[in-house]
Amino acid sequence: MTSSMTPGIAANRLGQDELANNFADLHMPLQPHEVKVAADRCYFCHDAPCVTACPTDIDIPLFIRQISTGTPEAAAKTIFDMNILGGMCARVCPTEELCEQVCVREVAEGKPVEIGRLQRHATDTLMAQDAHPYKRAASTGKKVAIVGAGPAGLSCGHRLAMLGNEVMIYDANPKAGGLNEYGIAAYKSTNDFAQSEVDWLKSIGGITIENGQSLGRDIHLNQLASDFDAVFLSVGLGGVNALAIDGSEKDGVQDAVKFINDLRQSNDLATIPIGRNVVVIGGGMTAVDAAVQSKLLGAEQVTIAYRRGRDAMSASRYEQDLAASHGVKLLFNAQPNAVLGNGAATAVEFEYTAQNAGKLSGTGEMIQIAADQVFSAIGQTLNADVDLKLEGRKIAITGAGRTSRASVWAGGDCASGGNDLTVTAVAEGRDAAMDIHETLMGAA
Amino acid sequence: MADLTTDFLGIKSPNPFWLASAPPTDKEYNVRRAFEAGWGGVVWKTLGSDGPPVVNVNGPRYGVIHGADRRVLGLNNIELITDRPLDVNLEEITRVKKDYPDRALIVSLMVPCEEEAWKEVLPKVEATGADGIELNFGCPHGMSERGMGAAVGQVPEYIEMVTRWCKKYYSKPVIVKLTPNITDIRAPAEAAKRGGADAVSLINTINSIVSVDLDAMCPEPSIDGKGTHGGYCGPAVKPIAMSMVSEIARAPATAGFPISGIGGVTTWRDAAEYITLGCGNVQVCTAAMTYGFKVVQEMISGLSQWMDEKGHTSIQDFMGAAVPNTTDWQYLNLNYVAKASINQDDCISCGRCFAACEDTSHQAIAMSDDRKFSVVDAECVACNLCVEVCPVEGCITMVPQTAGSVDPRTGQTVDGSYANWTTHPNNPGACAAE
Repeated sequence: MTSSMTPGIAANRLGQDELANNFADLHMPLQPHEVKVAADRCYFCHDAPCVTACPTDIDIPLFIRQISTGTPEAAAKTIFDMNILGGMCARVCPTEELCEQVCVREVAEGKPVEIGRLQRHATDTLMAQDAHPYKRAASTGKKVAIVGAGPAGLSCGHRLAMLGNEVMIYDANPKAGGLNEYGIAAYKSTNDFAQSEVDWLKSIGGITIENGQSLGRDIHLNQLASDFDAVFLSVGLGGVNALAIDGSEKDGVQDAVKFINDLRQSNDLATIPIGRNVVVIGGGMTAVDAAVQSKLLGAEQVTIAYRRGRDAMSASRYEQDLAASHGVKLLFNAQPNAVLGNGAATAVEFEYTAQNAGKLSGTGEMIQIAADQVFSAIGQTLNADVDLKLEGRKIAITGAGRTSRASVWAGGDCASGGNDLTVTAVAEGRDAAMDIHETLMGAA
Repeated sequence: MADLTTDFLGIKSPNPFWLASAPPTDKEYNVRRAFEAGWGGVVWKTLGSDGPPVVNVNGPRYGVIHGADRRVLGLNNIELITDRPLDVNLEEITRVKKDYPDRALIVSLMVPCEEEAWKEVLPKVEATGADGIELNFGCPHGMSERGMGAAVGQVPEYIEMVTRWCKKYYSKPVIVKLTPNITDIRAPAEAAKRGGADAVSLINTINSIVSVDLDAMCPEPSIDGKGTHGGYCGPAVKPIAMSMVSEIARAPATAGFPISGIGGVTTWRDAAEYITLGCGNVQVCTAAMTYGFKVVQEMISGLSQWMDEKGHTSIQDFMGAAVPNTTDWQYLNLNYVAKASINQDDCISCGRCFAACEDTSHQAIAMSDDRKFSVVDAECVACNLCVEVCPVEGCITMVPQTAGSVDPRTGQTVDGSYANWTTHPNNPGACAAE
């Protein structure tokens, strides 16, 4: 039997019971009494700051009041009207940086209303009922192709279908859901919620999803543009930035996105090999998700190394603390210099950094951290060869997702602007759908 | 520590907190627990005539209005007077009084409106050694259908008549408990006084239906599919009770007449308020039924601390102190001008003041793009709504405008002198002040 102390990379570090416990819901659903207490705390603010902070503009005070009066189904409708993926967003939104950060209770007491968990209560209640809450409008006779069945594509597709359009969603992966299915920590989406949500969302009708269809390989933008009345691109960021340091080819070095993906798709977490000493390089949510899950799989020592200071880290303070509370060490101001080891990684050498005149540079001081396994989480890139104007390394959009090509819209992580959050992708998909629909109806 | 000893009608108690005649005072067991917890007095749950006792329903007896976090704001009950035999109660009263000679023990009574009934029961009560009686002329459900309780309390002539009988057949103090289910509380209070009562206590409970079961289509508490009105009490009724208390305290015919204040007393502050409106003590029920007898400890410590801070050495020091300042609307100073003021340091930017003022009042609160809320003096009529809807106590205050300054709403200079409606030029009946 292996354990956390077993050298190198090994599976079966923890028993099944411990793994099941480790990967249970990060935030358990609120119990009925907790719901009443939590909902009672909302002040029903005027022009509430939480609504302003929500990328999808959910009327939060209204849905909480609906919960408090015993009508969580009505609350869920308030949520879904603005955010059809409100169930997933309730689980994965960094509420501590959005609605809950600006809750006036946070200002007054340092304890915000638990908006995320209340949202989950409402959406779970309605989704557990055997009826989709929306009806499709009469057919418009229009057909829209969507490339990418992640949050942006699903949100766009649902809204378009609801408005009476026929929607065909192509996705490169075997399953729909995008990052909801493949890219977030398992403890944020338990019980196969991502797939249940896709099925529920599709039950409005008018949406067909074809998997295994990769843009540029199986399907092509020109063909889609001629076959459909409009195209919405929501392909996400399929590429990963390569770790360009000495030794990055050694065994044990892999990208964090792949690790998270494999973990989410695994039927038996015990079979996932994990290092005794794990180093994660990067400062975003992917880094935190990889590090925490490494620890939960039984790694003994896990370190997140980030080249800048804590404040510059894109993972929220809440996420940082979550990592720390699981025993992950956070190393700041350290940039990777080389992966050490004879064939397989044994350590990563970092150079400490400092800000000089606004520029980050190495101080010359080195530190080595033992590492059997090294996860690179230093950003993802657009991995689609499309003949569209780019902005930076993303598809340039204006307004509600309009690209440089008429009849082609884009949204989510592959499009310019935004902040790579699920909830933002949902908002972009929804808004693009409205713009596409109005354009097709000749109203725009 | 201030002396909380109270002398009400010559009845001494270590503090002014008495338990009202109600379920908590129905039995020796409960009353002993109450005295051990520190209650100054107890009004024993209402006794009826000798003979087969009344019966109570065997389904729910209470209904409640809840505030946030299920805080009990109003309690409704359909329980009747004691359903235990008269002699059992009398024996228990005798024992308890003997063991707690320093506490006030009052016996609540309700027997038919016939002189013989009172003549029969009063000597038995006198024999217990209890300190006085309280006549239950207020119970609004069940007993009133049988010509007792509120059915008596709503007819001043009956009150006067029964009170006379009691004074005739009982030597100790007689307190008349009044029903609020009446248009003018002064009439029954005056009747009690005319009949020779030593004091009035008020209020008894208010006719109420607290909720309706929307599935069964039945008022609650529901008994096998039917409901009836009950008696309402608790914090929600305190404003109604205090207004009635003040009317009796102010009326020339009853001014100075001893009053025992009842209705929603939950904290020391509630008690202090009742006393300033002319009460010699207070009676409590819902707070005890919600939290248990221990709540009296906060009432005792709180009242004592406040009295020390104010330099009051006895209850008498501030009894009735607010009565001279309780007046009619027509005597309020119409020259007085205040404006709301928002303390920006305390403001949590919820915007409730804005919503309330903008939608339902005078559009006197401005909201900036960065959610700063400020008062528009030119629109503010000082209605106080913003103060009351603000979640942060003390964040918004009413600031009196100094004499000589100009009220930007009216353009008029604030007049430091007093002038009321009786002399106002808009009043057709105004008489010019000479």
